[in-house]
Amino acid sequence: MGARFDGIAVRAEGLVKSFGSTRALNGVDLEIPTGQVLGLLGPNGAGKTTTVRILTTLLKPDAGSAMVAGHDALADPEAVRRSIGLSGQYAAVDENLTGFENLYMVARLYGMSRSQSRIRARELLERFRLTEDGDRPSKGYSGGMRRRLDLAGALVARPVVVVLDEPTTGLDPRGRMDTWEVISELVDDGTTVLLTTQYLEEADQLADSIVVIDKGQVIARGSADELKNQVGGERLELVVADARDLAATARVLAEVGSGQPSTDAHTRKADVFVDTGPKALIEALRRLDAESILVSDVALHRPTLDDVFLALTGHAAEEDAGTAKKGAVA
Amino acid sequence: MTALTLAPPQGSAIARTLRDGGVVTWRNLMNVRRNPELLLGATIQPIMFVLLFAYVFGGSFGGGAYREFLMGGIFAQTVAFNSAFTTIGMANDLQKGVIDRFRSLPMSRMAVLLGRTTADLAVNSLGLLVMSLCGLVVGWRIRGSFTDAVLAFVVLLLFGFVMSWIGAFVGLLSGKVEVAQSAGFIWMFPVTFISSVFVVQTTLPGPLRTFAEWNPVTAVADSVRGLFGNPPLPGFERPDGWVADNATLYAILCCIAIFAPLAVAKYRKVASK
Repeated sequence: MGARFDGIAVRAEGLVKSFGSTRALNGVDLEIPTGQVLGLLGPNGAGKTTTVRILTTLLKPDAGSAMVAGHDALADPEAVRRSIGLSGQYAAVDENLTGFENLYMVARLYGMSRSQSRIRARELLERFRLTEDGDRPSKGYSGGMRRRLDLAGALVARPVVVVLDEPTTGLDPRGRMDTWEVISELVDDGTTVLLTTQYLEEADQLADSIVVIDKGQVIARGSADELKNQVGGERLELVVADARDLAATARVLAEVGSGQPSTDAHTRKADVFVDTGPKALIEALRRLDAESILVSDVALHRPTLDDVFLALTGHAAEEDAGTAKKGAVA
Repeated sequence: MTALTLAPPQGSAIARTLRDGGVVTWRNLMNVRRNPELLLGATIQPIMFVLLFAYVFGGSFGGGAYREFLMGGIFAQTVAFNSAFTTIGMANDLQKGVIDRFRSLPMSRMAVLLGRTTADLAVNSLGLLVMSLCGLVVGWRIRGSFTDAVLAFVVLLLFGFVMSWIGAFVGLLSGKVEVAQSAGFIWMFPVTFISSVFVVQTTLPGPLRTFAEWNPVTAVADSVRGLFGNPPLPGFERPDGWVADNATLYAILCCIAIFAPLAVAKYRKVASK
C-alpha cells in the first residue's frame, strides 16, 4: 500500500519561499518522528502558515525538500494528500451544509463510496460529540463545535499525519480545552501531528518537541523543558504591600538575581531571573525584611515559553501577534 | 496501523474528475437550496431587464414587435451574466478557505471548477425557465419547430456554461469577494450592451458595429431569435455577412474557442503542479 518511512513522518529541509520581495521562509528545517507532536511556534507572519502550506502541497517552495509520510510533497503531491488531514486556520466548514453533509462530502472526495462515506461521517460525528446537531446546518454551531467539525474533517481518511494550523485561535477557553482533548486522543492513536500555534501554553501542553520560527528562520528547537533551560534559571516574583517600596525592592532583587529586575507599580509586582532558585528567594526575603519592606505575595516560577520567546527574539510572542491582527482588521 | 496511505482511487482521470465534480456540484446546489436568496440574481434581475426594456424603452422601439425581438436578447444576456455569479461564488469559496480544503484533498483539481460551473448551469437553467414564462406573459412566443426550440435552449445553456468557466477564472484571480463583485460584473455591461441584445447591431456607429457584429453575445441572441422563429425588428437594416447568416454555428464555435484554451491552460497548470 503506502510507501514505507523510517520512523520520521515529516521531514522538511531548507525550505525557502518568497512572495515578491518578501522572504517568507529562509531555510526552514524540521523533522517529526512518527507518532509525535511537533509544535511550530512563532508570532504572526513568522512563516508558520507558509511552512504548513508547503507540507500540505498547497504551495511549492522556491527551494528545499519536503517528505510527508514517505512521499515527496513536490514530486508526488497526490500521494501526500492521501496521507494527510489538514485543519486550517479558518475552519473550512461549509456553513450551509449540516455537520453530516460536511463530513460526507470530504469522505467522498477522499474517494470513499457513498455507503462508506455515510458510515464514516456518522462515526466521526459520534466521536466529536456532534451526533445531536449532525443534521442541522453548521451555520448555527458555536465556534468550538465548528472547530470540532473541522478537526473531524481532517480525520476522515484516518491519515497518518495530521496538520493543525492554529487549531484554537479565536476559541473561548472551553473550546480550547475541547480541542486539546481531541489532539491528545489523536496522539494516543499514534497519529503524527504538526501543530502551529501562537499560544506558547498550547505547545507546552501538547507538543513533544517545539520549533520556534521568527522571520522565516528557525531560531530555536527542542522540548519545552530544553527551551526553558536555555533561558536559564527561574523567575522570582513578589508583590509588595506598599507600592512606594518598589524602588527599594528592585534594588534588592538586582543584588540577588541575575539581570535587570522589572517592576509594575499598578500591581505592586517586582520580578527578576534568579540562578540559585530557593536560595535566592530566601536571601531576597531576608534583605527585604531587614529593610522593613512588607511582602504580601511571593513565588518562584519556572520560566514559561513566553519567557523563552522574549529571551530569543527580544519581543513577546502574543503582543506581537495581537498588533499584527489589529493591523489586518483595520 | 494497517494502511499508511489511502490506496489510489480506481478509474481513469476523467472518471474521477466527473465523480468528484459531481460531489462538488451537489455541495454547491445544497448551498443554493439552503440560501434561496442566491437565486434572486439569476431570476429577478433578468425579469427586471425584460420589464424595463419592454415597457420603458419598448414604446419608442416598436411595442409588441420590440418585445418579441427583445426576448432573444435578454436570454443571451441572462446566460452571459452567469459568468459573474460564478466569479462571486468562486471568490467566496476561496476567501472562506473552502478551496484550500479541496486542494488538500486527493481529489481531481479540475473537479472544483467543474462542480462550480455545473451547479451554476443548473441555476442558469432555472433562470431561463423563469425568463421564458416572463416572455410568454409579455407576448413572446416560440414560433419555430420543437427541435429548433430545443436547439435554442441548448445554445443558451452551452454559452452560459462557457461564460461560467470564464467567470471561474476571473474569480480565482480576483481572490476577494469584494473585488470579484466588481470584476465579475463590470465587463458584462459593455459585452452585453454592445451587441444585438437590445438593439439591431446595424444601427450602431462604426467600430461599435464591428464589435457588435463579431460579439458572441450577438451571435447567441440572433441564433435563438432565429431558432424560436421570432421575426427581425421591422424598419431596420438587416445584418448581413457570414456571422449573421450562421449565427448558431458561430455561437458554438465561439464557445469552443473560448473554452478550449481555458481548459487546456488549466490542465497544464494542474499537470505541472
